[in-house]
Amino acid sequence: MNRRDFNQLISMGAAGIMMPALPAFSRTVTPEALLEPGLDVSMKKRLADAALNAAKSKGATYADVRIGRYLNQFILTRENKVQAIINSESYGVGVRVIANGCWGFASVGDARDESVVAKAAETAVTIAKANSRLLTEPVQLAPQKGFGEVSWKAPIKRNAFEVPVKEKVDLLLSANSAAMQNGANFVNNVLFQINEQKYFASTDGTYADQDIHRIGPSFTVTAVDPGNGRFATRNSLSSPMGMGYDYLQVNPKDKSTGITTRYNKGYDMLEDITSAAKQAKEKLSAKSVEGGKYDLVLDPSHLWLTIHESVGHPLELDRVLGYEANYAGTSFVTLDKLQSKNFAYGSKEVNIVADKTQVDSLGAVGWDDEGVKTKKWDLVRDGILVNYQAIRDQVHIIGEKESQGCCYADNWSSVQFQRMANVSLEAGKTPLSVQNMIKDVKKGIYIIGDGSFSIDQQRYNFQFGGQLFYEIKDGQIAGMLKDVAYQANTKEFWNSCVAVCDQSDYRLGGAFNDGKGQPGQSSAVSHGSATARFNGVNVINTARKI
Amino acid sequence: MAIILTEAEAKALLTKVISYSKADECEVNLSGQAGGNLRYARNEVSTSGSLINKNLQVQSSFGKKVGIATIDEFDDASLEKVVRRAEELAQLAPENPEHVGVLGPQQYLKSNGFFDSTAKITPDIRADAVIKSLQLSREQNLVGAGFLQDTYGYSAMMNSKGLFAYHPSTNVNFSLTVRTNDGKGSGYVARGYSDFSKLDTAAATRIALQKAQGSAEARAIEPGKYTVILEPTAAAVLLENIFFNMDARSADEGRSYFSKSGGKSRLGDKIVDERITIYSDPTNPELPASPWSGDGRPQEKTMWIEKGVVKNLAYSRYWAQKQGKKATPNPNNVIVMGGTSSLEDMIKSTQRGILVTKLWYIREVDPQTILLTGLTRDGTFYIENGKIKHPVKNFRFNESPIIMLNNLEALGKSERVVSTESDQNYLIPPMKIREFTFTSLSDAV
Repeated sequence: MNRRDFNQLISMGAAGIMMPALPAFSRTVTPEALLEPGLDVSMKKRLADAALNAAKSKGATYADVRIGRYLNQFILTRENKVQAIINSESYGVGVRVIANGCWGFASVGDARDESVVAKAAETAVTIAKANSRLLTEPVQLAPQKGFGEVSWKAPIKRNAFEVPVKEKVDLLLSANSAAMQNGANFVNNVLFQINEQKYFASTDGTYADQDIHRIGPSFTVTAVDPGNGRFATRNSLSSPMGMGYDYLQVNPKDKSTGITTRYNKGYDMLEDITSAAKQAKEKLSAKSVEGGKYDLVLDPSHLWLTIHESVGHPLELDRVLGYEANYAGTSFVTLDKLQSKNFAYGSKEVNIVADKTQVDSLGAVGWDDEGVKTKKWDLVRDGILVNYQAIRDQVHIIGEKESQGCCYADNWSSVQFQRMANVSLEAGKTPLSVQNMIKDVKKGIYIIGDGSFSIDQQRYNFQFGGQLFYEIKDGQIAGMLKDVAYQANTKEFWNSCVAVCDQSDYRLGGAFNDGKGQPGQSSAVSHGSATARFNGVNVINTARKI
Repeated sequence: MAIILTEAEAKALLTKVISYSKADECEVNLSGQAGGNLRYARNEVSTSGSLINKNLQVQSSFGKKVGIATIDEFDDASLEKVVRRAEELAQLAPENPEHVGVLGPQQYLKSNGFFDSTAKITPDIRADAVIKSLQLSREQNLVGAGFLQDTYGYSAMMNSKGLFAYHPSTNVNFSLTVRTNDGKGSGYVARGYSDFSKLDTAAATRIALQKAQGSAEARAIEPGKYTVILEPTAAAVLLENIFFNMDARSADEGRSYFSKSGGKSRLGDKIVDERITIYSDPTNPELPASPWSGDGRPQEKTMWIEKGVVKNLAYSRYWAQKQGKKATPNPNNVIVMGGTSSLEDMIKSTQRGILVTKLWYIREVDPQTILLTGLTRDGTFYIENGKIKHPVKNFRFNESPIIMLNNLEALGKSERVVSTESDQNYLIPPMKIREFTFTSLSDAV
């Protein structure tokens, strides 16, 4: 995940309000403007055809065009105050071509005229031809059939931009008030809402009009003990989702009750923040963990991040090949491991899928940013590595005939490249509840919520914290722990997985801001799992005396 | 209209925008930026891009109701429209009790951060710089992946009380990772300058090549507490977490390392070795920075930690007013004063230790102590009896920069570095630290 992640954004000690990063070239608008329809689809097709024709006439052998309108609303509050409400819109067109066997890309903002878009296409061809002098191997693009004029809409029930700002502010401020009443000293509470309206067209003959919605409520509650100068925080157990305002609709069916309530597709902010205030205070006097080996029981609100860092990233083919060597790094999952067909990524319990179609997930779309119809595919089956995530100019390297459909650009002004699909751990096939999983653990720690995270550049060695830690002794929860982080090696960790709870416990976690590339681009991705157990993991105590 | 405006052009444009205002107060920030980048991997150019961006932001207020609107079109009609929109949004906004009015005219220090050498980079000049690097890695049969990015631009502001500020600047960052063909060795280099003529991509590339070759065949040694010598690139990503935490409000509220018991802050306390002095100075010729902050406050030479003692924390204007303190803004640059040792001296004086050239994936584990975790990367070496013996496998560490600066052995000469985590440029010396905590090994190269 990106350094400037949302947890940091709101738990920051830093100065005043830290503005969220807006999409490139954004301008602020009124809340009402977020509901304006944007360009008519026939107009978008005209612009797209102008770009494609211009590219072809200048000698491009392939071209695609993305017409993007990115709408955002951020509401930032602390305690009883609204710090900022930001509405923004970014609109423009990006054209990508292959000429002389080389990629070229150009973009233009506020383009509503065919000649402007055609000029961008010509620029892209010029750049491709100029860079082709430096090329030793031409791009090999996997063939892709055209789908004609198609569309996809996220199946949201309530568009967040249709909800009056006042209703949202009232929810955040009443949640903040509940936190303060339950012992919090401070609370930062933010709501992010995003609508990507993307039109894609390519010389393959696809014209895809797509409407993508995302929502992310997120808070940090802080408790302070002025007597000893200690403080503790508890972040929300919500997740950013590919949903509308319906995610904030409280529904008992979406709650997993237990030592604290966790949420599926209906998030109860008032309930969670009330628990958070009490738990932040409880953390101040919790028992400091004794380092050593423990069996870990990891809730989906925590495990998503471990999946993201230790499975999602190392199975990105561009990393494996070295394209990210100077920044995000390479991968320990070298091509020979796939070719061997017997690389045990995890135990037999571990089945991991990539899925760009999962309903309500952050990564769900109908077609990716190079016109490939999205799908679901296996990465790890019965513990064995079976595939990577790859796009059209890479799939020939792993002997596949078609792209897996995980190409993405974060803005019309950015060039698309391979990004992580939703990567998820399948639920266990045999019925198993969290309660029954804990019952069998002699010496363990139950971890809920994501905390600090760090992993090496080839994705071997990682360390994760969390929000809530509970000691498990002889099958019983024995109380809250603090100062917990676990360190492990990816392969050893996934091979220590002895059980995964069943589908009834399956939930999505995720992030808005997975960072990759230079210049950096951010992508939103979900990771699902049910609670899972990992045996004999090394836990360290993170408290230090100064 | 040009993307990069002169001071006179910026002033004329801002005066026009302010003249449209009907609000109690109006403040306008204006900026323009242009530049380009070239990326390469597997010894081949991979992507390239160019950036042109201009932006104007209007903040209008009626009492404590504030609205902000932005626009990137500068014709008269658009300018008037953006002012009206800011006013509309202000009328709709809830009152912000923490809003303080705009500042009057200010005096600023002179800082020269604009260099023609950088502003005049063309795609050809950029490609030539990259080719010099690519040739070396190809010749040596090593694999290079790098990124060169340059920008030039300006920012300006004006408000309805007559404040005006203008600052042009340029910046170029170059970074490169070189790996051996068998993937057993990896070396890194990063360079940041305001003046492109100072960037020698070939010389920088040789450093990465040498580290890649020198780090191959690394041996594992036990994690534990070691004396470490941190090259400036490694030190930067740890120390910047101290700078990020120097906010007065968080300290006063009791939720930062800079808080202490009894609701007090550590202002005035000695927190690290007395050889540590950290300050900001926008006029530093090696690290020039804007002499004003985004809200118009002057950036003065400011001591943050002097001889180990916390001298200043950063205040928002609201919090300073409430606490009756001077509203010292967050700094625009950070300089850690160097010492007299050379890197060679530090190695020579080390009986048993680790030379760390780069750190990676730094995250805060415990804000109470600024405990950080992360890993060594791209060249880590074992030192014995004053000599570099052999490369070692990478470590994960868990350490606080505060503890680290209390365990200081020696400081070298400060140099300009680019943070591999935040992209910020700093002046930071190499440093020798005892009892640095490595907690596990990593197989990553």
